[in-house]
Amino acid sequence: MATKTKLPPRAGMLKGYDPEVFFDEMLTPDGQPRPHYHRFRELFQNLTLPEFDHKRQSVDLAFLRQGITFNVYGDKAGAEKIFPFDLLPRIIPAKEWEYLERGLIQRITALNLFLHDLYHEQRILKDGIIPPFYILSGKHFRREFVNFNVPKDIYIHVCGTDLIRDDQGNYLVLEDNGRCPSGVSYVLENRRAMKRTFPQMFENVGVRPVEDYPRELLRALQHIAPAGVSDPTVVLLTPGAYNSAYFEHTYLARQMGIEIVEGRDLLVRDARVFMRTTKGLQPVHVIYRRVDDDFIDPTVFRRDSMLGVPGLVHAYRAGNISLANSIGTGIADDKVMYYFVPKMIKYYLDQDPIIPNVPTYLANEETDKKYILDNLEQLVVKAANESGGYGMLIGPKATKDEIEEFRKKIEAEPRNYIAQPTISLSRHPTHVTEGLFEGRHIDLRPYIISGEKTVIVPGGLTRVALRKGSLVVNSSQGGGSKDTWVLYGDE
Amino acid sequence: MLSRVANSLYWMSRYIERAENIARIVDVNLQLLLDLRNLNEERLAKHWLPIVLTTGDEEQFFALHKKATAQNVTEFLVFQLENPNSITSAICQARENARMVRDQITIELWEELNRLYWFVRTPDAREAWKESPSEFFQQIKSSSLLIIGLAYTTLIRNEGWWFAQAGKYIERADKTSRILDLRYEALPARGLPLTVSETDALEWSAILRSCSAWDAYKSLHGAEVSPRLVAEFLLLSEDFPRSVRFCVDELNLALRRISGVAEGKFCNDAEKLSGRLLAELQFTTIEEVFEAGLHDYLDRLQGKLNDIGFALFNAYIVQNFTNIEEEMMVQQEEQQQQA
Repeated sequence: MATKTKLPPRAGMLKGYDPEVFFDEMLTPDGQPRPHYHRFRELFQNLTLPEFDHKRQSVDLAFLRQGITFNVYGDKAGAEKIFPFDLLPRIIPAKEWEYLERGLIQRITALNLFLHDLYHEQRILKDGIIPPFYILSGKHFRREFVNFNVPKDIYIHVCGTDLIRDDQGNYLVLEDNGRCPSGVSYVLENRRAMKRTFPQMFENVGVRPVEDYPRELLRALQHIAPAGVSDPTVVLLTPGAYNSAYFEHTYLARQMGIEIVEGRDLLVRDARVFMRTTKGLQPVHVIYRRVDDDFIDPTVFRRDSMLGVPGLVHAYRAGNISLANSIGTGIADDKVMYYFVPKMIKYYLDQDPIIPNVPTYLANEETDKKYILDNLEQLVVKAANESGGYGMLIGPKATKDEIEEFRKKIEAEPRNYIAQPTISLSRHPTHVTEGLFEGRHIDLRPYIISGEKTVIVPGGLTRVALRKGSLVVNSSQGGGSKDTWVLYGDE
Repeated sequence: MLSRVANSLYWMSRYIERAENIARIVDVNLQLLLDLRNLNEERLAKHWLPIVLTTGDEEQFFALHKKATAQNVTEFLVFQLENPNSITSAICQARENARMVRDQITIELWEELNRLYWFVRTPDAREAWKESPSEFFQQIKSSSLLIIGLAYTTLIRNEGWWFAQAGKYIERADKTSRILDLRYEALPARGLPLTVSETDALEWSAILRSCSAWDAYKSLHGAEVSPRLVAEFLLLSEDFPRSVRFCVDELNLALRRISGVAEGKFCNDAEKLSGRLLAELQFTTIEEVFEAGLHDYLDRLQGKLNDIGFALFNAYIVQNFTNIEEEMMVQQEEQQQQA
C-alpha cells in the first residue's frame, strides 16, 4: 500500500478534564499538574487515543487469560470477574510516603502492644482508657487466648490499613484490617501489567519497586517459627478454590515457593501438625492462614466448620505450630476499637497519632447516639464487624427507607454501630469511556508486614470507585484498582 | 507432594486427554456419515448409540434425550454440562483441577487451558460449532494437544509430572479400547469376521482416524483395512503412541517413577496390576484376543484399567478430594477476605 495512514493528532489526553470541587490527586484547583505528576503527564499526553485503547484492551485480556480474577459471592455458575484495572497510576511523592510510613509503623506498633496487653495484663482496661464492656462484647475477642504467648509477641503479621484523603488532601486512617487483608496480589500484578504496558515511563519517572513483597512476607513467616526449628516448613492455608481470594492465595504461595494447603490436607497428631503427602505425613511449622478464626479448628470454634483442622489450636497452644495472623486479632479491627486507636498510641507510646483517624461517634455512648440518630442524613454508619463495603449506610446517598432501617438497627444494637461524617474522598483522573477521563474517588491500602522488623512495600493497592459519584471502592461493590507509584524523589 | 495436589494433577491431565479424545470421536463420526448411504432413523441410531456407549453414559443420555440422532448425540457429547463426560464438562473439570494446583503448573500451560475454558464457556462456542463443526473440533483438538505439548515442554519432571502422566495414559488406554469397541456388533462373538464389506471397511478406517492412527497404520499395512489388523495395531502395537500396550507401558513407567521401585518388582497394588497388564499385552497375540471375543476382551481390559486407577488412589491419595460438598463450598465462599 502506497498511501500513508495518517496518524490521529496527538490529542492531548486528559484535555478537558475537570477536577471540579474535589481534592484531585493529579491537578491543583487551577488545573495545573502537581509536581509529582509532571513527568507522567508529559509522557501520557503523547499517547494517541488508539494507542491508549490498544494498551487498555491488551491489559484486560492478559488479566483474563492469566486468570487474575476474583470469584463473585453467591454466584453458583462460578462466575469469575477480572478486578477492573485503570491504567492511570496514582502517584505518591517520596516525602509524602515517608510520612505515611512513619504513621503506619506507629499505628501497627500500638495495635500489637494493645493486643499483647489485652491478652495478658489488660492494663489499658484497668486504667480506664477503654471500657471493658467494649472488649467483652467484641465479636472477635477470644477469651480462650488470654495469657497465651504468641511467638515473638507478634499478633498482626500482615495488616492492610485503609487510608483516604479528605477535601484538603489530608491523609486519614479509615480502618485497619488485621485479620486476613486481601488484595496484595493485585498490587504485584498491576505493577507487572504497567511495566509491560508503559516500559518507557518507568525509566523516566523513577518508581520504587514492589516485587519484594513475597520475600518479605516469607521472611516474617520464617521469623515466627516454633523454637528449635531452624528450617521451618511454611504453608499457606486457603479456604479453597471457591473463595473470592483464591487467586491471591495460589499467587502468593507460588511467589513464596511454599505449599498451598486446605484444611483437609492437614492433620494433627500428638499436638503436631502434618500434611498428607504422597510419601506419607510431613511436619508443618508455620501456617499463613487465610481462614477465619471461627473456622480454623472445629474442636474449639465452630463445630460445623469443614475448612479447619481438628486439633490445630491444641498444637498452637503447645507451641508446635505458629499462625499468622494470630488468633484473636479481629478485636483490633472491630470498628469500635478503631475509635480508641489514637488513645492506644498515646497510652502505649506516649505519642500523638501521626496519621489521624476520621472523627468517629460510638452509637453505644448516649450523647453520640443522640447525635447519630439526629444526623443520619449526613453521616456514614458502619457495622462494627463487617468489611468489604457490606453493612454500611452512606447518609447523603441513602433513601428514607434505608435511613429508617439503620435507625432501627442502631437502636436495637448500639454496640455494633459507629458513625462518621461523610468524607469527600480525594479523586483521581480515571478512564471512563472512549478516551474520556473523569475524576473518581480513591483510597489506598498499604500492606504492613511485621516480622523481625516492620516492612511496608512502597505503595499499596489504590482502589477506585468506578461508579460516578460513588464513595465505595470495594471490589464487591463495583470498585477497581490502579497501580500505585511511590517515587524515589518528589517530582 | 500433597496428596490433594497429586490427585488434581492426575485428573487435570486425564480430563484434557478425555476432551481431546471425545472431540476426535465425534468429529470423525460426523464425517463418516457423509460417506454412508441409505441412512434411515434406525441406521442412524445404530451409528450414534455406540458412540454414546464409548463414553459410558447411556442412561444419562436417555434421561436427557429421546433418540440418538446426530444432533442429540453431539449436543450431549460436546456441550451438555449434565453429562460429566462431555467435552465442555471435561474442559471445565480440567481447568478446575488446574486452578487447585495453579502454583504447581506453569503459566504457559495455565494460560492455554484457561483460554480453552473461556472458549467453550462463551456463546461463541456454539456459534462456532454451528458454523463449522469440523473447524470447531479442530480448535478443541489443537488446543488440547497444545496443552499436552506445553505440559511436556514446560513442566518440571518431579513427582507431580508422573501423576499427570499416569492420568493421561490411563485415560488414553481406556479411550482407545473404547473406540476400538465401537463396531463390535458387526463382529462375531468369537473369532474373526469372514467377510469385510465396503461399509465395514469405511467404519474400521473411521476407528483408525478416531485414534489419529490412520497415517501410522497405513505406513505399516498399506491401504488394506481389516478388523484383525486394526485391532492388533490399536491394542498391541509397541510403537504407536495411542495403542493400549504403549499407554500401559508409559503408565507402568510413571507408577515406577513415583515409587522408585524397579521393573519386575512392586510395592503396591497399582504397580502389581499395571505390571501384570503390561506383561499380558506384551505376550498376547491378536488371534488369542479374537478367540476370546474382542468385545469381551476389551470389557475386561477396561475393568483392569479401572482397578489400576483405584489402586493408585488407595496407594497415594487415600482421602477423597474430588467431591466437594455444597456446605463446604458455601463455607469456602463465606470466609472473609478483607477486601
